[in-house]
Amino acid sequence: MMTSIVEVNNAVRTYRMGSSKVHALKGVSFEVREGDFLAIMGSSGSGKSTMLNLIGCLDKPTKGTIHINGVNIAKLNDDGLTDIRRDNIGFIFQQYNLIPTLTALENVEIPMIFKRLSPKKRRKKALRMLELAQLGREYATHKPGELSGGQQQRVAIARALANDPPIILADEPTGNLDSKTGKGVMELLSDLNRKGKTLIVVTHDPKIIEYSNTTIYLQDGEVVDEID
Amino acid sequence: MKLIKRIRRNMYAQLAERNLRRQKVRTALAAIGIIIGVMAIASMGILGNTLKLSVSESFSDVGDKLVIYPAMGEDSVTQDQVNRMERIAGIEHIIPYRSSGEAVEYRDETSYGTVYRMKESNLRHLVDMESGRFFKEGSTDCVLGSSVASNLELEVGSKIEIEDTRLRVVGILKERGMSVDISTDSGVFVSHDMYSKLYPDAEEDYRQVIVIVEDIALVDTVKTELEDTLNKREKKIEIFAANSINEQIESAFQSISMFLMGIGSISLLVAGVSILNVMLMSTMERTREIGIMKAVGASRSDVLRMFLLEALILGIFASLLGGIVTVVGSLTLIYFIMEDVTYFFDPTTFLYIIAGIFFGIVTSLIGGLYPAWKASMMNPLDALRYE
Repeated sequence: MMTSIVEVNNAVRTYRMGSSKVHALKGVSFEVREGDFLAIMGSSGSGKSTMLNLIGCLDKPTKGTIHINGVNIAKLNDDGLTDIRRDNIGFIFQQYNLIPTLTALENVEIPMIFKRLSPKKRRKKALRMLELAQLGREYATHKPGELSGGQQQRVAIARALANDPPIILADEPTGNLDSKTGKGVMELLSDLNRKGKTLIVVTHDPKIIEYSNTTIYLQDGEVVDEID
Repeated sequence: MKLIKRIRRNMYAQLAERNLRRQKVRTALAAIGIIIGVMAIASMGILGNTLKLSVSESFSDVGDKLVIYPAMGEDSVTQDQVNRMERIAGIEHIIPYRSSGEAVEYRDETSYGTVYRMKESNLRHLVDMESGRFFKEGSTDCVLGSSVASNLELEVGSKIEIEDTRLRVVGILKERGMSVDISTDSGVFVSHDMYSKLYPDAEEDYRQVIVIVEDIALVDTVKTELEDTLNKREKKIEIFAANSINEQIESAFQSISMFLMGIGSISLLVAGVSILNVMLMSTMERTREIGIMKAVGASRSDVLRMFLLEALILGIFASLLGGIVTVVGSLTLIYFIMEDVTYFFDPTTFLYIIAGIFFGIVTSLIGGLYPAWKASMMNPLDALRYE
């Protein structure tokens, strides 16, 4: 039996908007096993972004528990969350979120700086990650502004892989890409999944379900359906 | 150089450098603030220090002297008192003298000087000879101060007249400038016999006594001893310590230096505020980037360090530049004003430059502290959403 790497147990997240309360998540439970490819589907306002933030350790649940690799993040402080994030999770964003002043290679190096890797090791590994993300070597010294959307997303994927996290967390990874480029990115991601990475993708794009092996449907902060 | 290379290879430093370059004009303006601040502090300090050094040096040769003169109601210092002085420890020389202001004539010209009755051996302790030699005891020869000699265009061998008595000039003294004991430049020094010939009614007692102590550190002890010995029953003598004027001058110029540096530090304060402003704007603009950094694993202390490093690099760069500008600028200025740059190369001058650079760097760091702290405390979620 596969161990579960992400365990969400009755997670509640409530925001305060002035005097009123917004119930973004109303008690969600599910688990992700190692090597899974989970798609979290839902329209905007369904609570899927909140779910992504919680799994990504960018936020903590108001109630309930979330275990990442066995650690309950609800109890961690800011530095504890940072450590979990750095060592366990590789982020891929819809807007790529690359740092515009740095080259592709340097962008991939960033997470390794915070992991205190030596410059030499960083550089070597960053090149390998770019290769893994199938970005041509000639683009390594280009700045994000000089790259296409698909290329930028490949840099972002390489960056997500930099610290060898067991979990890759993607937020609408194909949202800003045309369908052909998007397909390439999805194939790359599912290839990484086949190589052992646990992949969690948050999306409203039904095409992604074709790649995932589990899908959770969120609506109004609750799981309405789960397909294995 | 190796260190610089290593720093340049450091990714934090690279990030900082790039971020500083990103807003070149803004960075340059902030740097100018620091440069001016460092310049203000260092050059004000140097200015005060140079003034102090140039003034106090002209007094420094008299620091080990005490001048003893009769107290109010007393006519003179007696031989008996001089004898008692000799028993006090720590005194190198006792130079008693008598003097009288007089017209000095040479051919048709007249100048005014002071005729001193002083032992030839004592005169040697006070002055240096420019040309010629000291007079012999009992002779009718005289030694002249530099200004008397130059006023009358005298040289060794000239014959001058005082009170219708002819004196032969055997020596001309080196110029000594301002002094607190006696003004040797306008002096005419003669032997006891010659003085008696000029002034048959002159008493044997002395107008003043100059005491030279063995070590400048003993000035206060000797002064107390002298007072205890000579003013035991009633106040017979007054003592003037030459070093007191030195101390006064020094403390006065110390205050001037401090005051000037105070003015300088105001500009550094303003520079600190401008760093604060620049860094604050920079953190606002880079909010999203900070969010990304945090999302990929930067801790609070990582972010804090990155921003502080930026302030530090800016501070070091600007402060060093300020230091260089100060050296060049004040050297030029001192050269044109004083035409003598020896005081500039005094070690204390460089202390002021180092102080200026140090305060410049510290100010930059302090200015960068709040923005860096603010950046480090950003919530990654909010930062990522920031447009």
